Amino acid sequence: MTKEAHAIEPNAGGHGHAAHGGASHGSLQSYLIGFGLSVVLTAVPFWLVMTGAIADKQVTALIVLVLAAVQIVVHMVYFLHMNTRSENGWTMMAMIFTVIMVVIGLTGSLWVMHHLNVNMMPLHDMSQMP
Amino acid sequence: MNPDLVKMIFGRLNLEALPIHEPILVGTFAVVATGGLALFAIVTYFRLWTYLWREWFTTVDHKRIGIMYMILGIVMLLRGFADALMMRLQQAIAFGGSDGYLPAHHYDQIFTAHGVIMIFFVAMPLVTGLMNYVVPLQIGARDVSFPFLNNFSFWMTVGGAVLVMMSLFVGEFARTGWLAYPPLSNIGYSPDVGVDYYIWGLQVAGVGTTLSGINLICTIVKLRAPGMTMMKMPVFTWTSLCTNVLIVASFPVLTAVLALLSLDRYVGTNFFTNDFGGNPMMYVNLIWIWGHPEVYILVLPAFGIFSEVTATFSGKRLFGYTSMVYATVVITILSYLVWLHHFFTMGSGASVNSFFGITTMIISIPTGAKMFNWLFTMYRGRIRFELPMMWTVAFMLTFVIGGMTGVLLAVPPADFVLHNSLFLIAHFHNVIIGGVLFGLFAGINYWFPKAFGFRLDPFWGKLSFWFWVSGFYFAFMPLYVLGLMGVTRRLRVFDDPSLQIWFIIAGFGAFLILLGIVAMLVQFAVSILRREQLKDTTGDPWNARTLEWATSSPPPDYNFAFTPVVYDNDAWWDMKRRGYRRPLTGFKPIHMPSNTGTGIILAGFATVMGFGLIWYIWWLAAVSFVALLAVAIGHTFNYHRDFHIPTDEVVRTEDARTRVLAAGAQT
Repeated sequence: MTKEAHAIEPNAGGHGHAAHGGASHGSLQSYLIGFGLSVVLTAVPFWLVMTGAIADKQVTALIVLVLAAVQIVVHMVYFLHMNTRSENGWTMMAMIFTVIMVVIGLTGSLWVMHHLNVNMMPLHDMSQMP
Repeated sequence: MNPDLVKMIFGRLNLEALPIHEPILVGTFAVVATGGLALFAIVTYFRLWTYLWREWFTTVDHKRIGIMYMILGIVMLLRGFADALMMRLQQAIAFGGSDGYLPAHHYDQIFTAHGVIMIFFVAMPLVTGLMNYVVPLQIGARDVSFPFLNNFSFWMTVGGAVLVMMSLFVGEFARTGWLAYPPLSNIGYSPDVGVDYYIWGLQVAGVGTTLSGINLICTIVKLRAPGMTMMKMPVFTWTSLCTNVLIVASFPVLTAVLALLSLDRYVGTNFFTNDFGGNPMMYVNLIWIWGHPEVYILVLPAFGIFSEVTATFSGKRLFGYTSMVYATVVITILSYLVWLHHFFTMGSGASVNSFFGITTMIISIPTGAKMFNWLFTMYRGRIRFELPMMWTVAFMLTFVIGGMTGVLLAVPPADFVLHNSLFLIAHFHNVIIGGVLFGLFAGINYWFPKAFGFRLDPFWGKLSFWFWVSGFYFAFMPLYVLGLMGVTRRLRVFDDPSLQIWFIIAGFGAFLILLGIVAMLVQFAVSILRREQLKDTTGDPWNARTLEWATSSPPPDYNFAFTPVVYDNDAWWDMKRRGYRRPLTGFKPIHMPSNTGTGIILAGFATVMGFGLIWYIWWLAAVSFVALLAVAIGHTFNYHRDFHIPTDEVVRTEDARTRVLAAGAQT
């Protein structure tokens, strides 16, 4: 892929402002850290659910959710090499956008589903609802 | 033969899957088969297969891929519109005890297929096709960032379309409505292959859409001509960037939710069932987190087209460029905050409903700002009412009506009355036809001379325009009336005879639209026949403003012999004003990506895998999956990925253009 991307560069060094602040490529160490974190962040939810280590199911679900969200950020930082400097801040912008989207999606869904759960469960008195 | 063995080889596919007892489908099949055979024969007779394979199917040129997307979209438009006509006819005659002519089993498939095809395989390919063709030219690039990926994306979209079309003759399509809500779409209520066709058709096409989104974002961010800062980008490029950001952020949600649905259907999980903690409402919530951004994915590029067209045909710089850009970005963010307005009635409380009602109304502010920008661009401009401008004016008038009914629907108490009624159907057809489709037609008429070197015939274009616009009003205004009277969507038969007249008017509107489509096809044919009279030698037939008009029509493979340098928003206008002269010497070899057949092969395997999964032919799915991986890995060892166009070929191409321009200047 990189080869093809190179193939159609308009002209050498002709990227205007994109020429400085090049891409970050990561190292073996950063990949290993990312891999290790991903394994831990995946194994812990499985362990929590399969052993039932925490009695309260809602707390377990919440922890799984948080770990999943953290894992998204881990992937972005260690595998997609997002940081504050590379590509003139474009990757940082992408990261902020992703975080906003994930927060909107998760909190919005929780809020909506909570409402539906409270309002639409059977045998519930609808007149008492907010 | 051993039934177990047959089952292992063919899964649940058997001869009963062929709809030989349904005369409508047999007739359709006869027509499609005859047409297909005729096409095959023509291509074979003229020995075009090698040409098509070498120059088109395996191409990595963004221009040719863009054109192929447009052809796919127009072909699928014919299928989707045939579905629409059938529905209109059924609803116009199914009164007074008549059952109409469509059995429920067939009718339900038709309205599902109509929605799926029109959104995923008409609007999306047409939008992606225009972006593919125009964006690299507008930013002065030689191609997209990942040319091979572009070819692969296109063929994955075709693969999805093939699966959906196949369901017409092999098995059946979903009978669930275009978003396949569970529990209806779960295995208990839809045990047939219909929903599986839906799932795998969208999953295969979704890969293509997501990858092409990544590709175009990367292209716009990385390959702009020197001097073109973000705030000097043409508005169409801006809206394309925002659309592709939306694609990349939202399509994974669709992929995930369909994956969960397929787990429910294939391995018996309970994400969206009514039992064991499953919750169908979660499906509705998730699919609209994708679904609402999707409508902005479609309409933002249309807004970009209108901006280019208005500025060009008013002979003025676009009014309020900065506000246009900010409005686009604000719409991009806000489109993620409104999804619940699609299910106000599902039972959220007042606080949730009012939050999403208000965010929905807020979106009309940046959209309204755009409308005023176009009006002020036209104000005191020298407006030329060529076809693209006519479509733009029709859009402005029509879209405002659709926007206002949208704001009306955004009021939750009003929505409780109008939810799932024909009022809603009228609203979204009003914005999708009046916004997206009119925009695409404006874009097709605007950029056609760039792509082929001759204009589209204005007479047949105007005929198509008037049939389409009047047909739209005849077809959908009655639905507003019916919706306000309480008629719900997707009904097959009606009891109240006083409603019939409205459905007959709507059917007449659909007939007018049919004439519009026929006139459009005739327009293409006539334009090809009259291409000498309609020829454009200048490369800039509309006296336009952006960079794509700086090169020849059609552009050479390499787009620009020298990368242009940009000093102003309307780069080409600025170059013309400053007396720009084409460089005639000093050409260098041009580094280009090579064609490859890997994209079409990969997409072919993906489609076969989808077919295997739909019919439970597990060995076929497994074999094609392994083949998919093998070809993908094999392609990484292909080192013949690029070549140089030698200098003398560049010189020959550019000299030919110089002669054409000189000849044009004399006459």
